[in-house]
This record gives sequence, structure tokens and C-alpha cells, in this order.
Amino acid sequence: MTDATAPLTTTDGRPLKAALAAAGARARRRALFLVLPLLIFVMITFVIPIGQMLHQSFYNPYFSRNAPNVAAWFAGNPVGTEPDEAAYAALAEDFRAMQAAKTAGEAATRVNYTLPETRSLITKTARNAGDLAPPYKEAFLAIDKKWADPAVWQAMRSSSTAYTSDFYLIAADFERAADGTVQKVPDKQRIYVKLFIKTFILSALITVICLLLAFPIAHLLATLPMAKANLLMILVLLPFWTSLLVRTTSWIVLLQQKGVVNETFVALGLVGDGNRLNLIYNQTGTIIVMTHILLPFMVLPLYSVMRVIPPSYARAARSLGATSWTTFRRIYLPQTLPGIGAGALLVFILAVGYYITPALVGGADGQLISNLIDFHMDKSNWSLAAALSALLLVGVLLLYWLYDRLVGIDKLKLG
Amino acid sequence: MKRLLILTTAFGALALPATADEITVMGWGGAYTASQIEAYHKPFTAATGTTVVSVDSDNPATPIKAQVEANNVTVDVAILEIADAVRLCDEGVIIPIDPASLPAGVDGTAAADDFLPGTLTECMVPTDIFSTIIAYDASKYAEGEGPKTIADFFDTEKFPGKRGIRKSPKVTLEMALMADGVPAGEVYAMLETPEGLDRAFAKLDTIKADAVFWEAGAQPPQLLADGEVVMTMAYNGRIFNAAQQEGKPFDIVWDGQVYEWEGMSIPKGAPNEAAALEFVKFATSSEPAAKAAEFISYGPPRKSSASLVGNIQGTDQPMSPNLPTATENLTNALASSLDFWADRDTELGERYNAWLAAN
Repeated sequence: MTDATAPLTTTDGRPLKAALAAAGARARRRALFLVLPLLIFVMITFVIPIGQMLHQSFYNPYFSRNAPNVAAWFAGNPVGTEPDEAAYAALAEDFRAMQAAKTAGEAATRVNYTLPETRSLITKTARNAGDLAPPYKEAFLAIDKKWADPAVWQAMRSSSTAYTSDFYLIAADFERAADGTVQKVPDKQRIYVKLFIKTFILSALITVICLLLAFPIAHLLATLPMAKANLLMILVLLPFWTSLLVRTTSWIVLLQQKGVVNETFVALGLVGDGNRLNLIYNQTGTIIVMTHILLPFMVLPLYSVMRVIPPSYARAARSLGATSWTTFRRIYLPQTLPGIGAGALLVFILAVGYYITPALVGGADGQLISNLIDFHMDKSNWSLAAALSALLLVGVLLLYWLYDRLVGIDKLKLG
Repeated sequence: MKRLLILTTAFGALALPATADEITVMGWGGAYTASQIEAYHKPFTAATGTTVVSVDSDNPATPIKAQVEANNVTVDVAILEIADAVRLCDEGVIIPIDPASLPAGVDGTAAADDFLPGTLTECMVPTDIFSTIIAYDASKYAEGEGPKTIADFFDTEKFPGKRGIRKSPKVTLEMALMADGVPAGEVYAMLETPEGLDRAFAKLDTIKADAVFWEAGAQPPQLLADGEVVMTMAYNGRIFNAAQQEGKPFDIVWDGQVYEWEGMSIPKGAPNEAAALEFVKFATSSEPAAKAAEFISYGPPRKSSASLVGNIQGTDQPMSPNLPTATENLTNALASSLDFWADRDTELGERYNAWLAAN
């Protein structure tokens, strides 16, 4: 018997605990080297761009860095201060610098995001910066009377810091009034909140339809003999291997007014020639086409889960007297939950960010928030596009968290 | 990305030292550049002995900005859209060209009066004009019964059927107001007032139920060909090509057209600035501008060119009636306003999208 108080040692006399820790650390370092390429890849292609996107959503230095003098005046005077001669003089100084460096365009664009119609005001005034002379206030008003508008000064004030929450305000349909208070934008201008809600509702609807369509197919695939199942599997995968644009365009051919579906209905007398169905260039089109495109993402996880459910469980339930409905509800369905969870999460997250399909077949009311993000990317308003994307990301993460709480992410089975 | 561009352009410059009697023109490629080579480059070389090298780009505005920032400019003349030209001008990338230094038209009209109103700026000398118009399928109407005015586009009682509308407020709002009876000259003044905007959207409301919205320029000819719409807003060049090359029975309503323009600019630090300026003056004078229009249905921006345009290349039909700039097509036409859209692009984009989403 060894002495109970003496620590365990290895044969060369080192304490066993330390030797074990050292060996473990070596193994961990080796493992780290193996995952390092992936880690670097994910950092470069995913984490850093998303970080930059988030940064961009509240960072826009184009006015502040070109107008340091007036920014200093704003910093020294509280919101609502009537711009005095010193303010106009500072602005004149900045405009002269902008004119020399040819940066009035980018500075004006930033202010214009907060208040429309200020872009031409600023570029015009900067072009005439050489003529600005004291008294500055009169000189500015001579160029354009809009310089007396407190809203213009408020817009410059909120643009005068590089870090700003302006873009999140805009993305939530809010704006800053002339006195600096936050208010809702006019009814006719409100779009983002509505579109966010619509995006989430449509995505949920598409997920549900996908589930209803995929469940029987996956069950069939899982229970058929291998040879037949493989053939059917190819039918599921074939569209998956076809280009997204080709599939979307084919749906246009099928669903349009003079398309295959409508022509068939008219020929069969199901609808009159004058009342052809509006199946595309609207919300219906978006739902039909996106359901088709996302269906394989639901079938595959369901199939992989269903294949390994032993048929003996259902048989046992039936032999113990359960009806077929009870067997399905109590025995089969609970076992497919990991597949349903994985499929639903995949389809939903893909649907929320979909952009090309709604753009092509969505018409007026089938657009999603991603189409507006694209719109602002196109107009080089990257900060607003980033803010909208960030909100979308937060929405998806919230749902993911909810899913984890309700179902448990460890129950997910992707295949 | 920008740094990479600067690096590649810097190395590109080492490889191609420009000689004194050679200038490099950067264009957009395709049929558009082909028309310019025939109408501008070849005659210029014949007249002056200066060789013109043509290089293509997706949009020359991007490479010339990178070249100027890298201080390594290889391009002497760039073909730009007016919106890009004005932006690059504000950023100091372009050498201003004094409009007064341009040659007068063949009929002796001074350049400032010869170019269509609003098109000539010191940032860019216009070379051609393209337009958004209303196109319709002529086979759907009896001879002479088709739509004739912009108001007909909005008249679904007289002309039942679906309408193709651009999924963007630009041009759409202008057309709505003109259809509502606002003279072209007052459209932008009216759009700057809240009442004017409401009026434009109210007019659009009247055809919203019959509207099919399109995004890419290739869509409207397709929508017409498929019978999906009976008329549609479209770019005139696309409709001309479909009618000319594919024999589609498409016709154009020029009333209420909204035109934009492209042209030539000289980047700061161009290796052969003097010859570049000569080239710009030559190419934008009356005759070459008219010649280019025979190859592609973009109109010459000079009024004095209009009578000089000959037949469509390879046919014996006159090109003139197909150009946005033909006198009879300009009776009720509007020049797209740069300042208006630079100021209100985002705001009106939001409102237009809100209008689209509302039921």
C-alpha cells in the first residue's frame, strides 16, 4: 500500500497531474494546428466582413472628417442653439477646404442621408466657397435661403460625428426633427418595419408549406426499397443542382398570364380567358417559387432522420392497440423532430435573406427586406444597408435563441 | 480593393508607354464602342494622323478614378454617364472643358446653343442621348389605333391591358406628372413640392392594379413579346433592337420621353491631354455625332446633327425616326434632372417602395 498523502508520480518522478496536463496541452496544440486553416478562412471570409458591416452601420465619417471646424462648433454648443456668425464662419472655412480637396460631394452625400435636398445645397455652396466673405450669415443666405432652415443645421449636427445612430433610426422608420427629438417618419415614407414584418411572416409561411410538402416525400423516400428511393432522390436533387436563375425564369414561363399553367386552365375551362390568374409578379409568385427552390433543404434533413427510425417502434405501438393517428402523433412524429427542426431552421434562415427570386418574380407586393438592402447598396448608401442587415441578423439570432430555448439546439440533426 | 486597383493600374501603366501621336479612349465595349470606332476613331485618325487606341471597361468611371488616385493615368478620354461625370468632377478627377471652346455646329450655331438644353456641362461633352419611352405591341391594335401620348399609357379604359412599369421612382414619377397634364418644363419644379409628389403618386395609383413592375432593362421587351403587358416603359435602344433585329412588331410612343445622356471626359493627368482635347472637339462636332447614330439608336446631342443622320447601317431605312433626338420625337420630352435625383434618390426610393408594398 502506498502512502495516501504522497502525490502520484510518473516513473521519472514528475507529478502525474502535471504530466497529464502537459500531454493534454500538446494534444490541444496539435488539434489547433489542424483546425487553423479553417479558423483563418472563417475569420477572413466571415467574421471580419460581418464585423466591418456592423461597424459601417454606425460609422460614417464623410461629413465629420471634411468639416472639422463646424463639427467643433456643434460640439461646443448644445442642440437647438441658433447658428451664430461663428458657426457660419466655421462652415465657410470647411467649405473652402472641401472645395480645394474636392470633397464636397462625399460630405454632402452624408448629410443628404439624414435630410434630403441638402446634397445640392452643400455642393452648390462649396462650389461658390471662394465668394464667401464676412458677414458670413448674409453670404450664405445670398447663395441659398435654405441655410436659415434649422432642419439643415440639425442634419449637419447629426452628421458631424463619425459615429452615429442615424442609420438605425432610419432603418426603424424614425427621423430626427429640427429640434433634435426623435419622431416617426410620415406615413407615406414608412417602409422598413413593415417590410421586416412581412419578410418574417412570408418566410415562416414558406417554411410551413415546405414542411407540409416535404414530410410525405421524405417519409416515402425513407421507407421505399433502396433502388426506388435512389431514383426518387435524384428527382429531389435535380432541381437542387440547377442554377437558381434558370429555375426562377422557368417559373416565370410557367406562371405568367400567357404561361403554361394559365393556358392549361383556360383550355380546360377552369378559368375564363379574361380572368387569368395572377400567379407571378406578386406575393403569390414569391411564395410559389421560393417554396420550390427551398424544398430540398427541408427534404434532406427529414429524410436522414426518418431513415434511421426503426419501423419496429410503430409496429409495437400498433400491436399494443394504438390507432394509426396515435401511432403517428405519439411515436413517429416525436422521433422526426430533430429533422423538422433542422429543416425548418435552414429554410427559414435562407428565406429571410433571399433576394434574387423576390426581385424577379415579386412584383410590387412580393418584395422582401433584402431587396431594399440591395437598393441601398446600389445607391452606395452602405451605412443604411449595413444597419438594415444588422437588424435582420439580430432578428434571426433572436429566433435562433428562441429555438434553442424551446427545442434545444443539440437536438438538431442536419443529416 | 481600391489599393489592388491602384497597384494593377500602376503596373499596367509601365507596360504601355503612350507615344505622342496616340491617344487611348476607354469605352463600354459592344455595339456601343463599335459605333464610336466607326464614327469617331477612324475619321479622326484619317484627319490628324493620331492613332486612337480603344480599350473597354464595364464602366470607365471606376478605372479612371483609380488611375488618377494612383497618379498613373493611361486613359486620355473616358466615355462616361453624366451622373458619374458630375460626381468625378466634384471629386476632382476630371479636367473641366470650357463649353465655349467647342466648335460651332455645321449651321454656325454656337456650341452652347447647339447642344440640347441642359446636357452640356464643363464636366463632360455629350456624345449621345438615350431615352426611357413607352413601347407597345403594334399587332394588338388596328392601324393608327395604338397609343399616341403619355396620357394613353395611364388610360386603362381606352387602352385596356397590363402595363410594364419600372420598379424605381426615377422616370416613373416624371412620366406620371406629364401624363397628368404637367408640361415637361414644370415637372421637376412640381416634384419638389409635396403636392406635386402626391399628384404623381395619385396618378400612378390609377394604373397600379394593372401594373407589372420590372427591374432590368432586358425585361420590358420580353414582357411585351410574351404578351404579359400591352405597353411598357422601356429603354429605346432595347425596343429598337427587338424591332430591327428580331422583327418584333414593337412601336414607340415618343410623347413624354425622359432622356439621359453620355459623353466624353478627360481624366486629370491624361498622358496626351492636348490631342485628347482635339479628339473630344472632333468627335462631338455635328458630323461624327450624326454618323454614330447610324450604327446604334442613340441620338446625337447636337440639334445641328439631326438632319445629317443617314440610313440605318446595312438597310435603306432612315435612322432618324428611331432616335430620341428627332425633332418630331422631342415635342414633349424631358431631360432627366441630375440635381433632383442626387438630392432625393434615397427619400423617393423609400417612398416608392412604401407605395409598392401598400395594397
